[in-house]
Amino acid sequence: MAEPILEANTQRSYAQPTDSGYFGEFGGRFVAETLTHALDGLAELYAELKDDPEFKKELYEDLAHFVGRPTPLYLAERMTASLGGAAIYLKREDLNHTGAHKVCNTIGQALLAKRMGKPRVIAETGAGQHGVATATVAARLGLSCDVYMGEEDVHRQSLNVYRMKLMGANVIPVTSGSKTLKDAMNEAMRDWVTNVDDTHYIIGTVAGPHPYPMLVRDFASIIGQEARAQMLQQVGKLPDVVVACVGGGSNAMGIFHPFINDTDVDLVGVEAGGRGVSTGAHAAPLNDGKVGVLHGNRSYLMSDDDGQVMETHSVSAGLDYPGVGPEHAHLKDIGRATYAAATDDEAMEAFRMLNRQEGILPALETSHALAWVVENARKMSADQTILVNLSGRGDKDILTVADIDGITL
Amino acid sequence: MDAGTANQGRIAAEFERLREQGKKALVTFITAGDPGVDFTVPVMHSLVAGGANLLELGIPFSDPEAEGPTIQAANERALANGMTLTKVLDMVVEFRASNSTTPVILMGYLNSVLAMANFAHRAKGAGVDGLIMVNLPQEEAAGLRQTLTAEGIDLVSLIAPTTADQRAKEIVTTASGFLYYVSLKGTTGSAAIAVDEVAERTSFLQTLTSVPICVGFGIKDAESAAAVSAHADGVVVGSALVQLMSDSADPMTASKRLETATAEIRHGLDG
Ligand SMILES: Cc1ncc(COP(=O)(O)O)c(C=O)c1O
Repeated sequence: MAEPILEANTQRSYAQPTDSGYFGEFGGRFVAETLTHALDGLAELYAELKDDPEFKKELYEDLAHFVGRPTPLYLAERMTASLGGAAIYLKREDLNHTGAHKVCNTIGQALLAKRMGKPRVIAETGAGQHGVATATVAARLGLSCDVYMGEEDVHRQSLNVYRMKLMGANVIPVTSGSKTLKDAMNEAMRDWVTNVDDTHYIIGTVAGPHPYPMLVRDFASIIGQEARAQMLQQVGKLPDVVVACVGGGSNAMGIFHPFINDTDVDLVGVEAGGRGVSTGAHAAPLNDGKVGVLHGNRSYLMSDDDGQVMETHSVSAGLDYPGVGPEHAHLKDIGRATYAAATDDEAMEAFRMLNRQEGILPALETSHALAWVVENARKMSADQTILVNLSGRGDKDILTVADIDGITL
Repeated sequence: MDAGTANQGRIAAEFERLREQGKKALVTFITAGDPGVDFTVPVMHSLVAGGANLLELGIPFSDPEAEGPTIQAANERALANGMTLTKVLDMVVEFRASNSTTPVILMGYLNSVLAMANFAHRAKGAGVDGLIMVNLPQEEAAGLRQTLTAEGIDLVSLIAPTTADQRAKEIVTTASGFLYYVSLKGTTGSAAIAVDEVAERTSFLQTLTSVPICVGFGIKDAESAAAVSAHADGVVVGSALVQLMSDSADPMTASKRLETATAEIRHGLDG
């Protein structure tokens, strides 16, 4: 039972990254020397366990019984009808335990931590979803857990902060720099460099130094593996377009990866356009960034002429990050995926539409992918299909949305 | 040819001179432009007057992920003061106007250097002798090392307590200028340094290479400097000096304080 419907494309023409963690010219391992040993150890362990039947069984059993996978593939009928174009299918990652795709990665990494015999895990979090997912697996495995979170996000996502505390995690507000996700990641790296012997750092997205972009992608790929099989089963064909929002890029890589060899399937990532890409107040490095190095990898980055990382803006804390996973940079450069941006307002409009037309409360992050659908479904024909990664639910965002509406709850 | 002496510039000359005198190197670190842009050059001269042999100048960066709170704050102040890498190089030019012998080594993060076209050439022109890149491990360093070497600038390699023996052997093959041994697992300015553990590692490293070894992270005063220097060719002092800088109201006060502090550490080293 444990191994769900999983078989992805059997052609394996796309094989990234290289042994040193490069996706084309992106990725690599740009960290302090102190950490290279731990990264080597992690890469070796992962290489050993990746195809180990015992490990896979443990992972799939957790995904089935603890997380509740497979998640459904759901036809959004009223939304499809109201937009009047392509059929819109939602991959319901919002129905995962803890409310987002993030838990697939934390389950996998917590199992790795357990194998390494490390009693403590740390994480960075923006929206709090990855923090919650980490606190959850830590509670379940009896690991001690510290989560770094920018002070600004602690306020924006207070519900998730309290959830983490309920599960016994220690939430550490980060007051340096811009007080958001990137600074939380800096603090987590500083913690790890200090406590590397007994601590595993559970990075929450497909960024960071090698092997993280690869292993987070692999753990998230269950999303695309299931969705691909479900499309074939329920619809009888692959989708024309796969759409996902892109912060660091884990939910997008997770759903894209099993489709990469299906070259007829368009892959579209949607970044946070904030107040508009032309205003500079956004978090869309693939749309408006340059190649740089931050948090251990080489990728597109929002940085100025002096190489300083710029402050970002997005209504959604989980997309408010100046970098992006290196594999997305590669997919962009080879033309296999395209990257659009949705503004705060467009995301909010799509957020409201899904609530009213489908009875689903999406996360603000996810609403950026939905905004692309709102804009583009009508340009497609009725026999075409769009597969959307509905990466998470929006319970955590209710206070933010109420605030935008001028309501105090 | 011994890779360690590939660049026969100020760094090699300084270590040669120290060796002849039987002295240890005192390497000092301050962040350029902190706490004010007019502090840096006067303080560089004071550090030399106090007995520093090599000067490390931090390139301010928005995301200094290996620094402790003291140097993080220095980076933030320097950036608030409008510092850029171009201005750091201007400071080196100004320093060189009256000091042509003390080696100057820039330390920082890769993204700063990548953002400047022709960095190696401009740095050389400004009078920079070495570069320490915190987030550039051996595997990733070949390209930058090549452009720096072409200009005669040393890319200083770092070795950590977690660096395995085999890896250390690979790192020393391209070591140039000096080897920077990071004394502890942690960020800059972290607490206690375990002298015995440092001694164990540096004596191993000394069997691998003749390149001078300097130990940094966690050295705060004359006492810790003296203890560590028995097992190395030099010591690096950073956060303690940066803290003194930040507590100083004006360049003159900072200069006096840092000269005094440096002289005390020098005294500790010279015994
Ligand atoms: C629901 C949801 N979707 C998307 C993201 C963005 O992350 P990623 O791009 O790694 O999927 C987050 C991050 O917190 C999230 O909570």
